[in-house]
Amino acid sequence: MSLVGPLLLATLLFSVGVYGLIARRNAVLVLISVELMLNAVNINLVAFQNLLFPTDVSASGHMFALFIIGVAAAEVGVGLAIVFNLFRNRASVDVDRVDAMRW
Amino acid sequence: MTGLDLIFAVVGLITAAAAIKTVTSTNLVHAALFLAVTLAGIAGVFLVLSADFLALVQLVVYVGAVAVLFLFGLMLTRAPIGREALDSDHRGLALGVSGALFVLLSGLIIAAFGDVRVDTVGGPRTADIGLALFRDWVLPFEVLSMLLLAALVGAIVLSRREDGESGEVEDVTRILLADDPDLDGVDDADASADGAAGEVRA
Repeated sequence: MSLVGPLLLATLLFSVGVYGLIARRNAVLVLISVELMLNAVNINLVAFQNLLFPTDVSASGHMFALFIIGVAAAEVGVGLAIVFNLFRNRASVDVDRVDAMRW
Repeated sequence: MTGLDLIFAVVGLITAAAAIKTVTSTNLVHAALFLAVTLAGIAGVFLVLSADFLALVQLVVYVGAVAVLFLFGLMLTRAPIGREALDSDHRGLALGVSGALFVLLSGLIIAAFGDVRVDTVGGPRTADIGLALFRDWVLPFEVLSMLLLAALVGAIVLSRREDGESGEVEDVTRILLADDPDLDGVDDADASADGAAGEVRA
């Protein structure tokens, strides 16, 4: 199996996440784009582990992927709580209009 | 081109198409559902790469929990639907940045790993993953559990409503529960029934 396939798929997913991060103005959709980017990194980690180092006893790639999944779950929880607070205070989740702290 | 490459190409194409639809869809709920398809496709990619434990974790955590959380978030914030309401003015800039990033990274990857081919795809068994998790990675594991606890408490504190902070929302809640005595739309039948009940009680 070729190593380039998974790496190119991960690159595409990461680029799509960057596009969504910049182009979307709904805060929940911005969080969704961040999830896409985190998952792209997971594909990279698993591909490198299972294709290049399949006998690594400490399973570093899988471990890092698991930790990234856990951190992403925590990030979604706190991020959605912040978005709900924003919606309660401003009745809108438009990130372009939340610029009170912009320089 | 082996059979594994072929299966990966099919799964990868589905995943990529769903990811692109996720960031271009003009309907919020469709975007969240396409995200679920993308995450399930990534679980399929993990299966093709023979990482079965991670594929199941991906299905349980992402498709089962995170996608549902996003659907709740979209429905609770009641955002408007449509391209102008969802996309900002930076669509051209975003396309340029992400396109340049994709071209740069894929060029680097093809230059670095373009000729790497492996015959057998293997990986640690689930038992090995468990052993490694609780032998070599036990400290990061505990730190991650503390992080999850902190995120749980933080989310509760952030979304808790303090007294007198937002009277508007409380008014809306009271009207929805229909126990406001000044409410106009009370039915006469309900009122008389309430009165009858009150007399019986009296």
